[in-house]
Amino acid sequence: MKNIGCLKKCFWNGVCTENPTFRLMLGLCPTLAVTVTAKNGLGIGLAATFVLLGSNIFVSLIKNFVPAQVRIPCYILIIATFVTIAKLVLQAYFPMLYAELGLFVDIMVVNCIILGRAEAFASKNSISLSIADALGMGAGFTLATVLIGAIREILGSGQLFGFVLVGDGFNPAIAMILPPGAFLTIGVIMAILSQMNTLQQRKNA
Amino acid sequence: MLNMDINFTRIIALVISAIFVNNFVLARFLGLCPFVGVSQKLDVAVGMGISMTFVVTMSSIITWPIYHYILVPYNLEYLNIISFILIIACFVQLVEIFVRKFNPILYKALGIYLPLITCNCAVLFVTLLNAQNNLNFIESIIHGFSAGVGFALALILMTSIRERLETADIPKAFRGVPIVFIIAGLMSLAFLGFSGLIVE
Repeated sequence: MKNIGCLKKCFWNGVCTENPTFRLMLGLCPTLAVTVTAKNGLGIGLAATFVLLGSNIFVSLIKNFVPAQVRIPCYILIIATFVTIAKLVLQAYFPMLYAELGLFVDIMVVNCIILGRAEAFASKNSISLSIADALGMGAGFTLATVLIGAIREILGSGQLFGFVLVGDGFNPAIAMILPPGAFLTIGVIMAILSQMNTLQQRKNA
Repeated sequence: MLNMDINFTRIIALVISAIFVNNFVLARFLGLCPFVGVSQKLDVAVGMGISMTFVVTMSSIITWPIYHYILVPYNLEYLNIISFILIIACFVQLVEIFVRKFNPILYKALGIYLPLITCNCAVLFVTLLNAQNNLNFIESIIHGFSAGVGFALALILMTSIRERLETADIPKAFRGVPIVFIIAGLMSLAFLGFSGLIVE
């Protein structure tokens, strides 16, 4: 029996210590491409969490039966299956969201976060730990996409989740909801994190 | 079904769109991992750009008949993600074996980047886009090729800038990856200027 503390540790590891976007810099393509609004960020984050959860569970289940030489193709097949499920569900129940996310849902197959967690974590750990890890990593990823989406939406259109935030005096910078805004946002966020790291180290020293 | 009509205006629009307007790195954010990871030395970047172009073009050529002659007739379009990723993975493996056997020098030069292309989102994205937009065979090949050229162009530009950055005085917090993203943002801003080129 795994105790709750261990599961909690696995979860927070994904959210903070090893946040896939800001710390490990994995899976940047969807993070930047679809985060035009906070809502899209939430959508892709939840879709990725679902795929992560499914693939982590199944990889953990089959880890003792699959020969080491063919494990990567097996993982990719599992992931592709869950991505297809996620895509069909989005198409059926959230057609508007799918129209905006488009092919970026499909290419989650080659998202390094999902394959990375399957290889680095789920293939070595029990199911319960793998579930905690998937939820943590998914939450960390969702946090990042919503954060970037919110920053871009506020600066680029003066709204948040579709609600108008600022008055008429505000002139939105349209570049922020165009591709350059994504690069600038993540560049500045990473610089801030790196500055915080330096300050932390100086305090410890 | 094999529509081989060549419409030159469409093809030119496709090329300009894939290289400049919808540049795969700067406007669609695909293939960012090598864009950040391999953009430190010019000769490596050129090798990466060429192998990427080759793999994208070949993947477009291989996946087109499979999609149009196997998946579409049997109404299996929803299996395109699974089948394309398997085809691409097998194909890259095959290329690796061939290159190692017949041109060991090239194999050494490409090193780890050849197998890594499998999990590059740009390759899968191009093939899925070909299928989604119902491009014909010739258009698919040209679209794949120009997507690769666009990737190589962005990668080589970025590498040249980064080589000069080594002597620049960057604020400490921005050193390393953050400045790469800021530069990518500025490059992307410049590439936005191309967006008026095509009226669709």
